[in-house]
Amino acid sequence: MEGLKELEEVRRSDNGLFEDKYMLDISQLTKIYPTPKGDYVVLDDLDLKVKHEEFISIIGHSGCGKSTLLTMIAGLNPISRGTIVANNQTIKGPGPDRGVIFQSPSLLPWMTAYDNVMLGVKQVFGHGTKKDRDDIVKYYLSKVGLEDAMYKKAKELSQGMQQRVGIARAFALKPKVLLLDEPFGMLDSLTRGELQDVLIEVWNQEKITAIMITHDVDESIFLADRVIMMTSGPRAKVGDILEIDFERPRLRKDVLEHPDYYKYREHLINFLEH
Amino acid sequence: MKDRSIHILNFVGLGFFEPAIRLAAGEETKKNLIALFKKVLLPVLAVGLFLILWHAGSSYLYNVEKDFKIETARIASGNSGVTTELERIETGESSINSLPSPVAVLGAFKTLLADHKEINLKKEAFALKVAPLNEKNLEFNRVNADKIKEGIAAKKKPIKYTGRPSFVDQIFTSLKTVFAGFFLALFLAVPIGVVLGLSSTLRSSFNWLIQIFKPVSPVVWFLLVYMIVKTFTLEYDGDVSFIISFIAVGLCAMWATLVNTTLGVSTVDKDYINVAKVLNLGVGQKVFKIILPSSFPLIFTGLRITVSVAWMVLIAIELLSQSPGLGTFVWEEFQNGANDSNAKIIAAMFVIGGIGFLLDKLMFTVQKFVTFTEEATT
Ligand SMILES: Nc1ncnc2c1ncn2[C@@H]1O[C@H](COP(=O)(O)OP(=O)(O)O)[C@@H](O)[C@H]1O
Ligand SMILES: [Mg+2]
Repeated sequence: MEGLKELEEVRRSDNGLFEDKYMLDISQLTKIYPTPKGDYVVLDDLDLKVKHEEFISIIGHSGCGKSTLLTMIAGLNPISRGTIVANNQTIKGPGPDRGVIFQSPSLLPWMTAYDNVMLGVKQVFGHGTKKDRDDIVKYYLSKVGLEDAMYKKAKELSQGMQQRVGIARAFALKPKVLLLDEPFGMLDSLTRGELQDVLIEVWNQEKITAIMITHDVDESIFLADRVIMMTSGPRAKVGDILEIDFERPRLRKDVLEHPDYYKYREHLINFLEH
Repeated sequence: MKDRSIHILNFVGLGFFEPAIRLAAGEETKKNLIALFKKVLLPVLAVGLFLILWHAGSSYLYNVEKDFKIETARIASGNSGVTTELERIETGESSINSLPSPVAVLGAFKTLLADHKEINLKKEAFALKVAPLNEKNLEFNRVNADKIKEGIAAKKKPIKYTGRPSFVDQIFTSLKTVFAGFFLALFLAVPIGVVLGLSSTLRSSFNWLIQIFKPVSPVVWFLLVYMIVKTFTLEYDGDVSFIISFIAVGLCAMWATLVNTTLGVSTVDKDYINVAKVLNLGVGQKVFKIILPSSFPLIFTGLRITVSVAWMVLIAIELLSQSPGLGTFVWEEFQNGANDSNAKIIAAMFVIGGIGFLLDKLMFTVQKFVTFTEEATT
């Protein structure tokens, strides 16, 4: 009896340890798309662990299965084999513990920026008071620099502004994990830089785990603690991992002038070219 | 001011006034003159050409009939017959019922309006005459309210004018029927369309039925509704023909809305559906906040078709159901066969067409108001 209890204790502390260490544990993840020409194995036995409050970015050739991986973590895409454990729970479907920012801002164009953010806030903080929810929405919209455009219809906003709303909407739900699928891929480089700054600023305050797909090498170095490089498909896996050792908070200027910057850059480009 | 009025005009679908306003404001004279020519002058010319052709056609047809009559008279009773026949045609005693000329139609239109005024006067006179009586009836109802409740005394109804309705009255009756039919179609087709759009299983289950019912003609719908409603209204002493015609109109016209709603709901942008999933929205929120608004453009296209179809089949259905309205008016005039009957029918035709056009414009304006695809108004 005593022994069993002790075992329980041990297991619990083990769990605790695990919980402290990893936010996301992907093991032996396989994804197969059935096609008319037979099964297409996109991901094959992919393993990846992501620590608490870590920012990782994923790069890889187009079509290797990055979006597939991300949508599976989001719970929007069924898993063929393997498991994804997020915050100690095997994921079964989408949930507000995992926020998603898509490539197209996917705001509801007939609603105002405010209403777009409120839609999710109402869902997640339904128990709070109206004032609380209003505060949350306004706080995050001003965080992303939209205090003056809150009540504009989403369709009236520029692409960049729409994606700001997308960022506010995701953070406002206080997710444990933030998933971003090439969120700035459709923007011009100037706007992209601005939005990277906005994103990293909000993230610095919220400190949540973030996984961001990008095809921009500089973006991945500037934002991430680790860059995951995926092999080309089919049967893609994690090919290489690069630790980015810049301290936070980072300033773009410091990063660009850092002696290690070009070393990192070359490493990534080398991987992509082979 | 100028931009504002142009915006409003475009909004309600009267955009062809735009060049005239810009011209009056002295903007880009050449460009706007060309636009004015295209948008206003050409249509006016087309209408003029149409009137000329119509006039020529009707006098040709008139002469053919006239010649035939005279020829018949000549064969029957020689030259004296021809003279009497010519006289009879002159006095209108022997009527020539071919295609009426534009002028005759305009005359018929005026007659109809005059008739409307006359009937209105009659109504007023009648109302004045029965006013004391109606007052008395009301008084009776008030005094005997308790008895009426207990069923001892019968409630006295106010006396209403029961004379022949005027042409304008018929228009309003028709509009009433078409709106009732339209709302029936709206309340049937949109909810069913949403449900079918949400479930691919239901969609394929009902696909055949929809495909079969969609092309059924108004006449058959009318008969079907008649068979059913007749049984339900055996003891009802209200306006059964109105009930039958608006239900038939609704059932006939709802298919475009049903199909479009189903299509709109089943093809909502995948991004929006993903948003709903990620935010864990419930079914109600998902339908009302995301699916319906994003299908509004298609639903409204369907509703616009529904209104047009409803108005188009209404005439035929009224004609069959003998419910008062423009359809009945046209049919009665045709049966009547008076000298100006044909002209009245054509006048009614233009009124029907004009109202159909206005209804479509109305729907177009409402659609612009509620759908999000309309350009941002900054
Ligand atoms: N629903 C699907 N059915 C079949 N094949 C798919 C589907 N979605 C993606 N694929 C294929 O899987 C591969 C990976 O796609 P994706 O994850 O979008 O790549 P990435 O985001 O890295 O560009 C591509 O070859 C794509 O054609
Ligand atoms: Mg992708």
